[in-house]
Amino acid sequence: MLRPRIIPCLLVQQGGLVKTQAFKDPKYVGDPINAVKIFNEKEADELIVLDIDATVQGRDPDFGLIAKLAAECRMPLCYGGGVTTAEQVARIVDMGVEKVAVSAAAIINPLLLSEMAAAVGQQSVVAVLDVRKKSGLFAKGFEVCTHNAKQAHKQDPVALSVQLQEAGAGEIVVNSIDRDGLMQGYDLDLAEQFRKALKVPVTFLGGAGSLDDIGQLVSRVGVVGAAVGSLFVFKGKYRAVLINYPTPSQKTQLCRDALSKSFA
Amino acid sequence: MIRIVDYGVGNIQAFMTMFKSLDINAERALAPSDLVDATHLILPGVGHFDHAMQRLNDSGMRPALEAMVQGNGIPVVGICVGMQMLAAGSDEGSLPGLNWVPGRVRAFAKHPKAANLPMPHMGWNDVQVVSGTPLFAKGFDNAPQFYFLHSFYFDAENKADVSATAHYGLDFDAMVSRGRIHGVQCHPEKSHHWGALLLKNFAEL
Repeated sequence: MLRPRIIPCLLVQQGGLVKTQAFKDPKYVGDPINAVKIFNEKEADELIVLDIDATVQGRDPDFGLIAKLAAECRMPLCYGGGVTTAEQVARIVDMGVEKVAVSAAAIINPLLLSEMAAAVGQQSVVAVLDVRKKSGLFAKGFEVCTHNAKQAHKQDPVALSVQLQEAGAGEIVVNSIDRDGLMQGYDLDLAEQFRKALKVPVTFLGGAGSLDDIGQLVSRVGVVGAAVGSLFVFKGKYRAVLINYPTPSQKTQLCRDALSKSFA
Repeated sequence: MIRIVDYGVGNIQAFMTMFKSLDINAERALAPSDLVDATHLILPGVGHFDHAMQRLNDSGMRPALEAMVQGNGIPVVGICVGMQMLAAGSDEGSLPGLNWVPGRVRAFAKHPKAANLPMPHMGWNDVQVVSGTPLFAKGFDNAPQFYFLHSFYFDAENKADVSATAHYGLDFDAMVSRGRIHGVQCHPEKSHHWGALLLKNFAEL
């Protein structure tokens, strides 16, 4: 049976790992390579590493860091941050990274994903959409943002995700800005909208505060990726840094329970 | 030593990392001259079938590989698209495959039992291993899992060549073994202790 993917998502800023809340207040949580080693030992399903400086600073991906991550990482790795060209994607894949995530550049020009898919195959091209509830008195629905939620785009998020899928994305990562770091559960209604609209695998990020939250996501939308930030780097209500991950038996139990309750 | 066939397609670095952690000597082969000392061959592959076949054909290594595998019985394992290349051909493309293991590569999307599932088949899945399979000779527990990432699957002509199946809408041929020629659709280089065991067993063939 194919299992839901339970994926630690690590944010890199100035070479260190941080964890944000609603994309703000980055708190230093440690060294990226050390975290990768711990997730190797815990046999995490996959790993997502996002450099949250690169696009905002308008710079290229840090290929030195990516090479170190790839050399250490013994699970499938997805890298994102500052990727704007098919050449960069090919270079990153050649370093030993399975998947490359693109956001701002693909939202501005979805056809970029076609070039990337032609270079490395659709299975290695991931589109990330940072979404938040529109604010304002009469605002309804969600909007897509880039540049660490500092720029908003006009397109409808779900329609855009379908367009990115058609252009060549082999996976869509949906990141809830509103839920980021709050640890109060995934936005299940939002997740359902994306899962129903898309043919490619989808991964949801933002809100996981317990293994039960992951179970609820899987019950609602089926076998998807459940990406996790705070829950796997913090312990307790004082948010002490402690890298953690469910044991194989916890994961098996979680999947079994969630899928037996599944309506997807 | 183990030679990883580097014809410009596939995650060579991940294999190098894995073999290094296993303390097994493995190097890339970029040209026929690099293949001379090979005791074992890894044929990786990702992306489009035709692209991979074209790059292998253009690499200049294909005649040497055919002589080594079919003539001299050097063990080989094809990984992901590298497994698919062992077939006669693929529904994904028009170029002929290596035809080392009779079979054809088919699209999940064309199979009625899988057409409505998310594609690619991505993530960790259980495999049902046929007993006696050399790649599982040592060390495995009862429920091995591997990481998969693919939209096409190998359909072996001779089911006696199938060494493991996995389920995604249908039971498909996840691994094949025909003599010293092996193919695995999953990514053992990224499948934690199960993948390490499989590659270690291959290295000890």
